[in-house]
Order: sequence, then structure tokens, then C-alpha cells
Amino acid sequence: MRRVPLRVLANEPVGPYRLLRLARGSLDPGTPGQFFMLEPPGRLLPRPMSLCLAPRGELGFLIDAIGPGTRALCTAEPGDELHVLGPLGKGFDLSVERPLLVGGGIGVAPFPHLADALDAPPVVVGFRSTWHAEAAALLPPQTEVVVDPVLVTDAMPSGHDVLGCGPEPMLKAVREREPTAQLAWEAPMACGFGACFGCVVPIDGQLKRLCIEGPVLCDSSTRAAVSTR
Amino acid sequence: MRLLNASGCLDALTAPDVARSLDAFVTKTVTPLPREGNAPVRIAETDVGMLNSIGLPNAGREEFLCTTLARVASIGLDVWVSVGGFAANEYAETCAQLRGRDEVAAVELNLSCPNVEEAADTAAEIVAACRAATGAPLYAKLSPANWDISATARAVEAAGADGLSLVNTIRGAALDERTLAPRLGTTTGGLSGPALKPIALAAVFACRRATELPIVAMGGVLSGRDALELVAAGANDVALGTVLFRDPDAPVRIRSELAAEVAALGLRDVDEARGIAHAGGLEAVRRELSRVTD
Repeated sequence: MRRVPLRVLANEPVGPYRLLRLARGSLDPGTPGQFFMLEPPGRLLPRPMSLCLAPRGELGFLIDAIGPGTRALCTAEPGDELHVLGPLGKGFDLSVERPLLVGGGIGVAPFPHLADALDAPPVVVGFRSTWHAEAAALLPPQTEVVVDPVLVTDAMPSGHDVLGCGPEPMLKAVREREPTAQLAWEAPMACGFGACFGCVVPIDGQLKRLCIEGPVLCDSSTRAAVSTR
Repeated sequence: MRLLNASGCLDALTAPDVARSLDAFVTKTVTPLPREGNAPVRIAETDVGMLNSIGLPNAGREEFLCTTLARVASIGLDVWVSVGGFAANEYAETCAQLRGRDEVAAVELNLSCPNVEEAADTAAEIVAACRAATGAPLYAKLSPANWDISATARAVEAAGADGLSLVNTIRGAALDERTLAPRLGTTTGGLSGPALKPIALAAVFACRRATELPIVAMGGVLSGRDALELVAAGANDVALGTVLFRDPDAPVRIRSELAAEVAALGLRDVDEARGIAHAGGLEAVRRELSRVTD
């Protein structure tokens, strides 16, 4: 298991977010929903990021600058090198008959890669403002976008195999509607490969490591309930 | 000098290749009963290090002895078992049950976790109880929060410890930048990483002065240079903690950096640097050497 230095190709604004495009190097893009640990310049610990885009020769990550680590990642410039480890964890199970992607906010990050893998499935995403909703430009053209106060659960059709990612209250509401949904959860992580035991969430009544068991959990008995930040 | 992991900073079962890149693997602390560990949020990065409030989650002694120990040992390297408890007899019972397990190269007594309630017994009482229960090499892992760590080192030596592990994390806290609420679920946690290195150096220095026990040093080692400094302060072996979270390839990298540091200083090997800080550093040692040979 080795982190590799990847060259920054571009750092582009997408609404309030940044799309960080890295030269792929020797890394495999993995399965949509898997994540990579990105080492922010000047910080001690890497940050877990799901893969957003996987064009040939590139890995793209959509990042929301919410703290010192993500802010440092968002200031990376073309030509800089970032250490990256991955792909890690368990991604989405793509063998579904009627996929529907349901997401919110920065939780849409894995959807462009996921939508490619599922050949442009229907997508419903929600954002807190029209500015944040600019991230929907990365999604298939028929994507349905709702903006606060409309909720994705108001707009989501039934009868689909739901694959979801978004803020915790949204995931819980989606799970109420579709108990068998595959949902990508989030937790603070130090390592991403099971060493630190920092990312535990309640799974089947026990605290388990999200980096090993997830981040995509599909058992309807899962009750992930950490605060996402 | 051997390179180990700090207890709780690596799972040999999820990252066997990383474990194999070390000279010995130290398990997560084993307690008599299963523990779920502390409620999230468990980790927070700060500007000078990392806070953790993991709280010794483990499947308990019985599960460890029946399945985990053999699985870890099958990876094929020396296994040090980190033993924890909430009273001297709990530590001693685990040591007794480890008797006859050839997989165990050494036992490290976790006397210093800042994230769980402390045992009422003193470090020396726990070591004495374990000494009576096992012939395995016993390392006492001490807290750097101790004002006079050398007194504790002497006390555990007198109680029968074979070595010291220096140091565990030191208690700290961090607040959310927006809400000013504690970032850890338990408010405080153990601080590791770069901020711990000067504290570890001071502890190793003091304990090397106080005893001749072998010392496994840890605390903020990110580079070969950091490892070299702990050896110069008197450490025999070095363990890696937080750096493994950032860089699972750290053991390989740090060995290679250490070799370069040693060569640049004109030393035969890293062991030649051991304790050199106590003699005033490299230049003072060389001056003394040339005075004697003249």
C-alpha cells in the first residue's frame, strides 16, 4: 500500500466548490463510491475524497472548502504535487436494474463517475442555493435539480434502485423512503485503511470502521449516525 | 534499532504488508472484556498534531486468545501484545493467559491511555503483578504527563519491567472553528504527531539517565531524522504512530532516510548514535575520542 505523488492538472471553480483534476499516474480509479486519501499541503493528515470524475489519464475530485485541510487542497495549483492513496473502501454495487441517483450538496461528488458507469441513469439532486446547484453541470443533462426548501425526497420517484450520497439528514430521509437504498456515508478519517479506528459508525448495532465496511452501506439494518463535517 | 508500530496505530489484519515492513508488530490494546470504544467523533487534526479519542475498542481477551493472536502471528513477524486493564489483577490475568503462547515476543503494558479511566493501582504495582504472572519480556508504556517520569521508570524497573515504551499520547482538546464546540465526542483526547516529539525526547532523555532498561521510543516520528534524534536521546528501538495514518509506506521511507542521515554524519550505523546526546553530541564525542587516542 503506497501513496503516490500526483500532479495537479487543473483546479476549477464549480459553484462554491473546486474541481481538482490530477494526473492519474499508476492509480486505478476503482469502483464509483470508493475513496482516495488526498494529502493537503502543510497538513498532518490526508482527507478522504470520493472520486468525482475518471476521464482517461485523470482523477477528478470535487471539494468543498470547509476546514484547514480542504482549504489547503482547494488552493493547490496546476503543477503542484499531491500525495494520494487509493482507491479505498467499498463502492456502489452497480448490478442494479433500475438505478436512480439521489444526492445533495457536496454529496453529489461521486455521481459524475457513477453516472458514467451506469450509462446516464436518472438523477435527482438537491442544493441549498442556485450557486451550489452549479455542481449539477457535472451530471447528465436530464438531471432533476431542486433547491432548498424543496427536498430531494419530494422530487424522487419510487420504484427504483436508489444509490445515494449527501448530508446525513438527507440520507436518513432517503432510507425511510427506500430501505434498500445503497447510501454513501461520511466520517472523519485519519488513515482510510483500517488503522486508526477513527471513522467508526453504528453498523448492525456495533461501531464499525466506515473505511473498511463502507463508505457505501446497503444493508437496511445499518444505522450510520455520525455528524458529517 | 528495530522499527515497530505504536499500539493502536496499525491493524495487521487490514494492512498486512505495512505490518510486514516493520521489525515487530504491536497489537491494539487487549482488555479483559470486549470494549466498543468511545462514541464518535474520535479524531481531530490540529495545526500541531492529531487528537484521538478511540477508547481502546477491542474484542476482549477471550476473542484475542482464541482467534486474533493466531491470525496476527500468521502474518509472520514478531508480535508484541499490548495489554490493558482497570486494575493490576486484570493486567496480570491477561499476562497469565498469554503464558505458553509462542507467538508472543513481548508484552507491552498500556499504563497510560489518556482516553479511558486510569487504573487505581500504580504503574509499579501493575508491573509487579504481571511480572509474577509471566516470564515474557515486559515493556511498561508510560505517560509523558508524569512530572517525574524517571521516578516511574525506576519504580517499574524495580518491579520487574524489562523495558520502557516512551511515550503514550498526552491529553489535549480542540474546538470547532465555526461553532467553538469541542470537536471530539469525549471533549478531550490524546495528542500525537509533531507536537509530541519534543515531549518524547525529554522523556527518553530523562529515562535513559535514570535506568539502563531498553527503551522503545515514539512520539511525533515523521522522518528518519526524528528516529535518529530519539536514538541519540537514548532509545534502543523506535515506534511509528500517527505517521502510519498519513503514509503507510513510512517504515520503508524512514529506514532509508535514517540510513542517509547516519551516513551523512559519518557513523557506522544508527546504533552508534545511541545516547550520544548525553555525551554532549557528536562533536563532543569525537573531540573526546581524539584526545584519548592522541
